[in-house]
Amino acid sequence: MKAKVFVALKRTVLDPQGKTILAALRDLGYADVADVRQGKFFEIGLSDGLGAEQARQQIERIARDVLTNPVIEEFSYQVEP
Amino acid sequence: MKFSVVVFPGSNCDDDAFQAVRSGLGQPVSFVWHGSEDLENADAVILPGGFSYGDYLRTGAIARFSPVMSAVKRFAAGGGLVLGICNGFQILLETGLLPGAMLCNSNLRFICRPVHLRVENASLPFTRSTRVGQVLTIPIAHAEGNYFADERTLAELQRQGRIVFRYCALGGEVTPETNPNGSIDSIAGIANEEGNVIGMMPHPERASDARLGSTDGLYIFRSLLDWFEQMRNAECGVRSQAAVPHSALRTPHSK
Repeated sequence: MKAKVFVALKRTVLDPQGKTILAALRDLGYADVADVRQGKFFEIGLSDGLGAEQARQQIERIARDVLTNPVIEEFSYQVEP
Repeated sequence: MKFSVVVFPGSNCDDDAFQAVRSGLGQPVSFVWHGSEDLENADAVILPGGFSYGDYLRTGAIARFSPVMSAVKRFAAGGGLVLGICNGFQILLETGLLPGAMLCNSNLRFICRPVHLRVENASLPFTRSTRVGQVLTIPIAHAEGNYFADERTLAELQRQGRIVFRYCALGGEVTPETNPNGSIDSIAGIANEEGNVIGMMPHPERASDARLGSTDGLYIFRSLLDWFEQMRNAECGVRSQAAVPHSALRTPHSK
């Protein structure tokens, strides 16, 4: 069992790295790129015996308490068998 | 007055802080390893600058879970003085002892140079030897010093006088141009509500000897000593100059 957790800065927080990447893409001629947000991606292996609901609870707790700083970041996740 | 300097794996300003206290201030100081929960009779704890745990995940994010931080939290809750410098400030934010968070500098660069700081609150144990509006010249050295707090938190910090230092010009003017890293409201340092915990991005320990180019950092260490002595005298009920009960100087352990 595996979980994928995506962490990004909140929309209300300025993302200087995303803005820099956006500017670089524009310079390269990608005129259709409207916005870039940079984030982090975690792949977390879980015990195979874990139920889907338990897995979701644990991942949510881990993401909330450790992987993100709730002042500036938000997360989303997927649990895969 | 006994100081303890916490050493995390990746701290690199621990020796500087140790020297600032021992040589600059002339007070006893020891190192405390991150795995210890014993703050060694500290009257003040310094969380030094550096890259604790390699800045992995987020700056200060892993240090927050180290055993010593449980002790620091208890120490702070009991009114103990805690000074977080640079990465130490970032750790205090992650630990929740101070509000807000750090973002990458707005120019995305690591900035290492002296800056001017305007003292905004001179009544704290950390600043009582300064006056409001005084300008201190102290270096910064960081890539993530762009302080962020939501509107409500910022308003609270402003209303309660908890902004301790702002980045300014030599004459004390605070303008967008004097803000090196994009910090909200040009914030360089803040205090908790009780005033016994502060975090600051500039490095006072790097400005504590004339040979380093500035001694302005000593204002902060001297303030602490001044506060400590006044508290001790108040406790004794006498205004005496009796010797501070020094604990023995401990030698720094090997790292």
